Amino acid sequence: MSEKHIDQETGTETTGHEWDGIRELDNPLPRWWLWIFYACIAWSVVYWVLMPAWPAPPGMQGFTEGVVGNSERVNVAEDMQALQASRSEFFTRLDAAESYDAIESDPALFRFALAAGQSNFANFCATCHGAGAQGFTGYPNLNDDVWLWGGSFNDIRTTLLYGIRSDHAETRYSQMPAYGADGLLSREEIRNVRDYVLSLSGGTGFDAAALSAGAEVFASQCATCHGDNGMGDRSQGAPDLTDAIWLYGGSPEQVENSIWRGPFGVMPAWEGRLDDPVITALTAYVYSLGGGEAETAAEGAAGE
Amino acid sequence: MSTARHNLISAPGVATHDVEAVNDARKRKLYKKREPIYPKLVHGKFRLAKWVFMVLALGAYYFIPFLRWDRGPSAPDQAVLIDFEGRRFYFFFIEIWPQEIYYVSGLLIIAALALFLVSALFGRVWCGYACPQTVWTDLFIAVERLFEGDRNKRIKLDRAKWSFDKAWRKIGKHSVWLVIAAATGGAWILYFHDAYDTLSHFFTGGSPISAYLFFGVLTFTTHTLAGTMREQVCIYMCPWPRIQAAMTDRDALNVAYRVDRGEPRGAHKKGESWEGRGDCIDCKACVAACPMGIDIREGSQLECIQCALCIDACDDIMKKVDRPTGLISYDTDINIDRRQAGLAPIYKFLRPRVLVYAFALVIAGSIMMFGLTTRASLDVNVTRDRNPNFVQLSDGSVRNGYTLKVINRTHENREYRIAIDGPERLEWRILGQESARGLTVDVPAERTQDFRIFLTVPREAITASNQSVIFTVSPDGSDESRTAETVFLSGGSR
Repeated sequence: MSEKHIDQETGTETTGHEWDGIRELDNPLPRWWLWIFYACIAWSVVYWVLMPAWPAPPGMQGFTEGVVGNSERVNVAEDMQALQASRSEFFTRLDAAESYDAIESDPALFRFALAAGQSNFANFCATCHGAGAQGFTGYPNLNDDVWLWGGSFNDIRTTLLYGIRSDHAETRYSQMPAYGADGLLSREEIRNVRDYVLSLSGGTGFDAAALSAGAEVFASQCATCHGDNGMGDRSQGAPDLTDAIWLYGGSPEQVENSIWRGPFGVMPAWEGRLDDPVITALTAYVYSLGGGEAETAAEGAAGE
Repeated sequence: MSTARHNLISAPGVATHDVEAVNDARKRKLYKKREPIYPKLVHGKFRLAKWVFMVLALGAYYFIPFLRWDRGPSAPDQAVLIDFEGRRFYFFFIEIWPQEIYYVSGLLIIAALALFLVSALFGRVWCGYACPQTVWTDLFIAVERLFEGDRNKRIKLDRAKWSFDKAWRKIGKHSVWLVIAAATGGAWILYFHDAYDTLSHFFTGGSPISAYLFFGVLTFTTHTLAGTMREQVCIYMCPWPRIQAAMTDRDALNVAYRVDRGEPRGAHKKGESWEGRGDCIDCKACVAACPMGIDIREGSQLECIQCALCIDACDDIMKKVDRPTGLISYDTDINIDRRQAGLAPIYKFLRPRVLVYAFALVIAGSIMMFGLTTRASLDVNVTRDRNPNFVQLSDGSVRNGYTLKVINRTHENREYRIAIDGPERLEWRILGQESARGLTVDVPAERTQDFRIFLTVPREAITASNQSVIFTVSPDGSDESRTAETVFLSGGSR
């Protein structure tokens, strides 16, 4: 390559390579570009010294840490601490809040609680209850006005803290027998009581004999928990069977299946897994979805 | 450039300049170092116009931040203020919110159309008189002249060895440049924070860091662009010379050399006859005066910013040699050709291009004025919850959730009444508000407030899966109102 190739048109030297008669011009790099390139090389050496750069030789642990001592791990931890510190004022106030009204009457705290609640809901609750808290079959819709265990601020908070049928000592607990699976009732008895239960919420077109037989079974087996008129009992999480909401589905097949196997819905306890103020924020968020009930009204209902 | 030509004196005070057009496109090389240009001071009507315009433009730039405009106690009283922290742009009676950024777009469109119109009529008057690059460069050259003298003295000084005389002149020049540059950067930040506050805090270190940053950046750019880069900004950095080629046409006025009158050019001796020769005595006064380093006699060029200083320079010479002025003047391409062909010049200002620009300008201006004068002090919009779309309640009724956004642009706290027009037997609830208060909400001055509103309709009142809902919001005790339309979803009447 000692021979120089000069392009006739431009008078510029070429690289000497040729492809189908085409040669590449060997123009010089712009001066400013070259200087920036050299400056970058110089800077990279400075950077090696300042910042963590080289892994330790084989057989040794670690890396060159750099004289500045920068560590992204430490930075993240510091950022997280700063974030926690900036939120701590709100968390303290949330911790002190005893009721929904106390949070709501403080607009800044209310906004904070809803925002924190929403993001934690997406993290921990949406898996079962859905991103919009709309629920699925077997997982309650938290937007509506039906609360198996009570919908007051403190009721919701208790449910969040201890869970339902969870492994927490103070969990909310009740169990509906698996009437079919455990052989407590015959298939016919189950169908009769199914028709009776459906008739409670306005279902029509059932056989009169089946209904009266079903009513007898209901009185002996179901009324203890669901009440004589099927209105349910919040103290033991027994649903109201007369309303329009069916947690496990309202079709005859679904209701029959529920009686046959006895639903056993579980919600984990969050005490210990989430900080108390976070649970309070979640409570406020769930409460604000539209179904929250007043404190006194809930107590009154429980006392009936 | 022979010495013989220097001896030819056409009239008292007429000198031939030893000058070459350093930016002549034919000689320019891409890798060549910049050749300095030493524009010679000229006197005349265009120079005067440029001085006057410079004083007005700089005066406006430095003075406007100190103008006050009363907007009441809750808003700043600076007439022109770009308030990033408060997210507002104030311009006298106009107040623009971030969501109204289209007004700024409108302003830019109007500015662009005005530039097009002016360019179609008068060529690059923007470049020549009003562009900040031109104004500041002109000012910097004036300072340079003050310290180092006019063209010949400056050339001599640059060639001279370093001495005390040279040093103090250079240091003096750069010091004054820096002061002007700092004042430029200093005034810039006054547009973003209250001018008087900023002035009192700036020197004690109490201004926000961004203020010092922009002050530094603008000081640096002003000094560099107007002091050392000058014409290179126009030739290499600015896109306008390229665009200008598309905006101009043969009827647009441009600074031009009257070839028909000037040629054949040549040196002229006192008393010599003007018969059979052109009026151009090739003194190169026009080249010496040019801040862009070109020779206008070569015709229209990309580098020419049409500052018209060559007109003044040439007119001065023409008076001295007793020939009519206007050998270099504002002219159109068409007339240059017509004059060479011996035809009378024609001026066509009402061309389709001009009319279209003017029409578009009037339309855009009217839309802006209409928008700004009828701008509502209240804005409303509504978002319906989409997850879930609707909620069934225990008694079978259906509930939809909405977020109603109410924007209060007035400077006072206001109470608004909400009217809801939707399905029959509709019941409402506003989250976080006592039902007893009714459908009224408070929005503080200059704030946007969100309200969560739940609407519930009994199952038997539902007539369709999708029913219209209209929120009407009006300030208490006012006829003004804004509506937001949405729907009520229910999954059907079942």
